[in-house]
Amino acid sequence: MISINNLEFAFKKKKPLFTGLSWKLDMGRTYGLFGLNGSGKTTLLNHISGMLFPADGECLINGTPSRNRIPASLSELFILPEQFDLPSINARDYVALHAPFYPKFNPEQFRETMIQFEVNSDDPLTELSYGQRKKFLISFGLACNTGVLLMDEPTNGLDIPSKSQFRKIMAASSSDERCTVISTHQVRDLESMIDQITVLDNGRIIFNRSLEEITQRLHFKTVRDDEAVSGKLYGEEILGGEAVVSGHNADTKPTEIDLELLFNAIIRETEAINRQFETEARA
Amino acid sequence: MKFTDNRPIYKQIIDHFCDQIINGKWSEEERIPSVRDIAVKMEVNPNTAIRAFHELQENGILYNQRGVGYFVAENALDKVLELKRKEFIDQELPCFFRTMKQLGFTCSELEELYKKQHE
Repeated sequence: MISINNLEFAFKKKKPLFTGLSWKLDMGRTYGLFGLNGSGKTTLLNHISGMLFPADGECLINGTPSRNRIPASLSELFILPEQFDLPSINARDYVALHAPFYPKFNPEQFRETMIQFEVNSDDPLTELSYGQRKKFLISFGLACNTGVLLMDEPTNGLDIPSKSQFRKIMAASSSDERCTVISTHQVRDLESMIDQITVLDNGRIIFNRSLEEITQRLHFKTVRDDEAVSGKLYGEEILGGEAVVSGHNADTKPTEIDLELLFNAIIRETEAINRQFETEARA
Repeated sequence: MKFTDNRPIYKQIIDHFCDQIINGKWSEEERIPSVRDIAVKMEVNPNTAIRAFHELQENGILYNQRGVGYFVAENALDKVLELKRKEFIDQELPCFFRTMKQLGFTCSELEELYKKQHE
């Protein structure tokens, strides 16, 4: 379990980014971390992985502060950064060098994922395209079978068939013993893989709910101009009507979550959206 | 699989399972693919897939044999048909009737059209 308590951090003294951020993450779940550019997503991931140190507060992984960077914790954590450098050796040599740091590394799983992604293990990593290098690193990271897996924009740079492959691979490797955080703007690529939605805005977690709760509490609908909507919380004009987020009432059926609409609703109508989750759960 | 309509993904997985049973691809007492297989095939989080399994289990359409997997229950076809007929009456017919009325179709006209198409 990851628990972040009252995290404070600033790149520039006069412009603090995190001023008391708290967030609890459970094993067996996949968190979608969303936020506008500059909201602090990558910085937050870097705190969880221990690459940045908080000015105050703490980030604990199974009770151990990640800033301590002790080997036992690091062997249970993998981060796929958005930007990365790889040495000019081939995939096989890279694995031989790095896999020993991850006791649960599964070579068979690595090989299979590389085949699914159609990445060649013999070429030097520096000669691969950005997308291929990313697919290599995803294959390696998943095969490490760490308890914590952090991915920053994992589908950026992947070609069209690889995105579908990525979803299949993620579904197959999901485990009750793993907590996955995916930070992304590519909502459509990954929405079916996520079971918890977390929104970061101005260095604060302004929304953190499971998809199950969201389908129970919110309703997503497209209505015509002349149609009345009860309990409307947020709406966006579209051709010939409006896309609407509304509160659930007794006679509405659960609808699929429109993640883009939900995100905009959360950013603009934070309080109104969160208020829907405060009342007692309906049976 | 493309999730296009406005139903939650797990509901669409349920529809897919029901189709498999109605079309005879899955027969009673047959073991069906695992939660993980379904999640991979449909490219969804296994936690989403499991909701579909649980709901069908509650409706007596699937049953779980611990450590072995999920099976199609006895009389599952009848139960699926009952469920689907109810859904058809509650959800599709009101919409259909509204359009019929708008366009001025009568029931007998409809009956003729139906016969023509199914001859």
